[in-house]
Formats: sequence, C-alpha cells, structure tokens
Amino acid sequence: MTVTPHAAVLARSRRRRQIQTIAYQLFWYAVLSCIALALALPLLWLVSTSFKTGAQTFLMPPKWIPQPIVFSNYPEAFRAVDFARYFWNTLYVTLASTAGTLLTASLAAFAFARLRFPLRGPLFGVVLSTIMLPGIVTLIPTFILFRALDWIDTFKPLVVPNWLGGGAFSIFLFRQFFMTLPLELDEAARVDGASNFLIYWRILLPLSTPVLATVAIFSIIYNWNDFFTPLIYLQSPEKWTMAIGLQSFKDLYSTSWNLMMAASTVMIAPLLALFFTAQQYFTSGIQMSGIAGR
Amino acid sequence: MRRSAAGGGPVTPRAGAMSWWMRLRTRRRSLLWAEQRDAYLFILPWILGFLIFLAGPMLASLFISFTRWEIVTPSRFVGFDQYVKIAQDDRLWLSLWNTAYYVFLGVPLHLFLALLAALAVNINLRGIRLYRTLFYVPSLTPAVANAILWLWIFHPQWGLANAALDLVGLPPLFWLQDPRLAKPAFIIMSWWTIGGQMVILLAGLKGIPATFYEAAEMDGASAWGRFWRITLPLLTPALFFNLIIAIIGAFQVFTQAFIMTEGGPNYSTLFYLLYLFRMAFENFRMGYASAMAWALFLIILIFTAIQFRVSDRWVFYEGDLRK
Repeated sequence: MTVTPHAAVLARSRRRRQIQTIAYQLFWYAVLSCIALALALPLLWLVSTSFKTGAQTFLMPPKWIPQPIVFSNYPEAFRAVDFARYFWNTLYVTLASTAGTLLTASLAAFAFARLRFPLRGPLFGVVLSTIMLPGIVTLIPTFILFRALDWIDTFKPLVVPNWLGGGAFSIFLFRQFFMTLPLELDEAARVDGASNFLIYWRILLPLSTPVLATVAIFSIIYNWNDFFTPLIYLQSPEKWTMAIGLQSFKDLYSTSWNLMMAASTVMIAPLLALFFTAQQYFTSGIQMSGIAGR
Repeated sequence: MRRSAAGGGPVTPRAGAMSWWMRLRTRRRSLLWAEQRDAYLFILPWILGFLIFLAGPMLASLFISFTRWEIVTPSRFVGFDQYVKIAQDDRLWLSLWNTAYYVFLGVPLHLFLALLAALAVNINLRGIRLYRTLFYVPSLTPAVANAILWLWIFHPQWGLANAALDLVGLPPLFWLQDPRLAKPAFIIMSWWTIGGQMVILLAGLKGIPATFYEAAEMDGASAWGRFWRITLPLLTPALFFNLIIAIIGAFQVFTQAFIMTEGGPNYSTLFYLLYLFRMAFENFRMGYASAMAWALFLIILIFTAIQFRVSDRWVFYEGDLRK
C-alpha cells in the first residue's frame, strides 16, 4: 500500500482548482476592463478632440491619437470668450457657497444631534422630507423674491441660500457624524463651563474633518456644475459662471468642436483633481446618502 | 442624555431664604432654557432658509397659480383658470408624455445597469478599487460639459456614435435630429452616469452579512439561488431609495434638452421643465408656469406615495425579521 497515487490525485485536483481560480479571475478582469473602457470612451474622446486641429475633427473613421497634437485650442478657447473670468466667477461662487454650507449646516446638525429642545424630532423630520421636495415648485416665487430684492445679475441668489442651512442633505451628513462622537466630550467641557457654541466650535468641529471634507466636496461639485440657477439669475456676460459660458460657447462656435472640448476639459479637470485627492471622503458621502433613505 | 445639575463651578453661598433645592431647580431650569435657546439659535439659519426659500415660495407659487400675472402687468385672481388651461394645452400634454417616456423607460434601465455595475465591482479581486474609481469618474462630468460632449458624440457626420455603428456595419443614424431617436439618445447617454447609484448599491451589497451566504452555502444553495434569495431581497431598500430619488430627478430633466436639442426636433424632447422654463422666463406667464409647477409637484407626490404603498410588497427591511 503506497500513498503516492493518493498524493498525486490531490496535487492534480489542487492544480485544477488553481487553474480554475486563475481562469475565473482572468474572465472577470476582462469583463471589468471592457466596461471600464466603454465608460471611459466619451471622456477620452473629449480629451482627444481637445488636442486636434480643426481639420482633424472632421475625419471618418475618427483618429483617437491626434496627429499632430496641438495645444493651441486651450489658449484659443480662453481668447474666444472670457473663459478666465467665468473660471474665477465659478470659483468664487463655489467657495462662498461651500463656506456657508459648512458653517450653517454643521451648526444646525449640532443642535439636532447634541441639544435637547422642543420639536426637535418633528423639525428634523421636516429637514429630511425636504430632500425629496422637487425644486420646481419654489422656482418662480424665489425668482420674484430675488427680483424684488434687486439681486438679479448678482451672485447673491447663488450664494445666500447656502448660508441659510446649507441644504438638508448636508445637515443630515453632519448629524450622522456628530452622533458617532461620544457625549462625554460635551459633558466634560460643560463641567468646565464651556458654552454650547464653544463645545461645537472647539470640541466637535476639530474632530469632524472627515464629514467636513465630505460635505465640502459635495457642495463644491454641486455649485461648480450648477447650470439652472446661474441660467436664471446671471445675465451680463461678466457675471457668468463656466456652465453658462460653455453654453454660450456652443452658440458662438458651433462647429469648433476642438475649442468646445478644450473649454469643457478646463471645466472638468479641477473636479477630477479634487476627486482623486479626496476620493475616500467622497465615497463615504455617497454611501451615507443611501442610509438617508432608510 | 444625562447631565449633572451642578455643572458650572462652585455654588456661591447666597444669603436669603432660597433653599439649596430651590436654587438647584432654578439652575437646572436656566441651563435647560439656555440649551433650548442655543439650539434654536443654531438652527435659526436653517429655519430662515426653510421659511424664505421653501415653505414661503411653495405657498406663494400655489397662490400665484390662481392668478394671471405677466410680471409687468398687475396680477389678477382667476381662480382655477390656469389649471383649466393646462388641461387643454396640447403641447403641455406632449411635454408630459416626453417626460414620462424619459422617466419610465430611462430610470429603470439606468438603475438596472447601476445594479449590474455594483455587482461587478463587488467581486473580490485584487485592484477592484481601481475599477470602482474608473466606473465612477464619468458621473463627475458637469451636466453642461456632458451635454456638449454628447452633442459631439451624436454628431450625424463626424460623431463617435455613428463611427461605432459603422464599425459593426450598421448605417448611420440621425440621433438628435430624428424625433423617434432623440429621447432614446438621451437615455443612452445617461448610462455613463450610473456611478452614483452604483456606489450606493455597492454599500448596500457590502452591508449584507457574510453569515447569510455561509449558511446558504451550507444548505447547498447555488450562486444564482443566493443572488435571488439573499442579495436581491436585502438590496431592495437601497434599490427603492435610488428609484424614488432618480424618478423625482428625472421628472425635472432639463439641461440636456435645453442645450442639445432645444426641445426639438418637432418637440420630441420638449420636457416638462423646459416648457415651464419657457413659459416663465421667455413668455413671463408666471401664473401659468406656477400652475404647471404645482401640477407636476402633485404628479410627483402621488407617484411617490404610490411607490411607498407598493413598496410594502417588494421592499424588504431587515427590521421585518424581528417582527
């Protein structure tokens, strides 16, 4: 009686299993890569077109690698319309709105998470229900209000609402995070005579970098991309944001696809840079939005 | 939340008749009062925002919807006139039909693809995070930039879409110039932005306890069976949430149509919000546009309510286990 055949069978089956796992992995890598490529194609096409000469954009079948690669579309796009100004306007609106969102949403969330007051539950219920409210119902009176205030063609309609609560979803994210911090922190500070504001400002906020980053990213992306609000409130070209500027570009240079793609790339690139530097905060935020529905 | 009443420093001995108990009570009450005052101070910005930019405008738009008002002329109360006009406006019904097409065909497809993507990036492989990132990135594209990019992709002569058709030997299509194809073209381009839903669904998949799968495997359930009996039921809350939010969003589809087709060709992409926008900001018919807004709000409300009702039948909350 020998053990050799038995060992050989074992080794063979182990090898077969290894081959199976490798095949399984290869299969899924191939599937995933195909999907990733398909999803990436439009953006690759965008960047590719932005480096083409005008003549090269009109080729069938299209060339993916421009020959020659030209960089002149970028400076030219900035010359064609005042894109630099749109860029700074967008940056200003985005940062001013985000500052307001971070401050007022976290303050409200602190009250909802840490303080006791009458109607706390119902009021938070109201906060949550506004997440589902379609913006369309408030559109016209809000426009009339801003018109009466003489705020049309200023940045105020884009910025000021963000300083009044910063949106239900931001409050929700902050509250969820504050609830995870131990209450003993507040109590210890209170024993030392700290006021509620001091507890919020000196104790909770410094511990809340992750959620601050998450809300900031969502606010930046939202305001950077927003098209509808500036479309309604900004009229003179020197006030335009990039979203509006890009749209006007389309009307002015409807066949200069290379210029349009260069301008679009300028608008997208900062977002991609932000995304890749702060990816972790980003995903955790989206996952939290799933919890909001429960 | 418990808090000691003697929270703030030494109690100063005070001459007078007040007993320590009375003092304690006043102190506790003043602390509580301070807490409530601070709380309302802290939520004050939100309350103001809610009143000025939500509750106020909602009521105001309801009121305006009962008037005739062209901004420059004084408003006149007309009762339900605007709503009657809405019911008789053929173009409005067309815009509602276009919107419904986009919502009821686009959203389920979008969600289905997001689910497939989430399942694909839930596989345990080395480097899977990279794929998650790659799947997500297209969703970051700003709506305007995306609209212009897809205008280029759908270009009948030089666009990528027709180049792809040509590659597999199909004749070119007039995507955005063809009334039958413009809406499907919008639905197709939305497939590149499944990233957000994918991440939420992925979080849902990660939240399913591994023990469920282990138990099922021990009972000899196949991979298919595990998907149908465990994964899908436990994912229904996330699917339901995505469905609700996506439908509310899709009812308000605007930017693509505004930039890419301006409602054409032959009004085939005249979506509800685009029509409302034109009524309000091009024709300045504020009463009519407000009535339109309320009509859509009611449609969305009824529809969301129905979904919550029906959700009892298909959405499975883990809490149900404990009932």
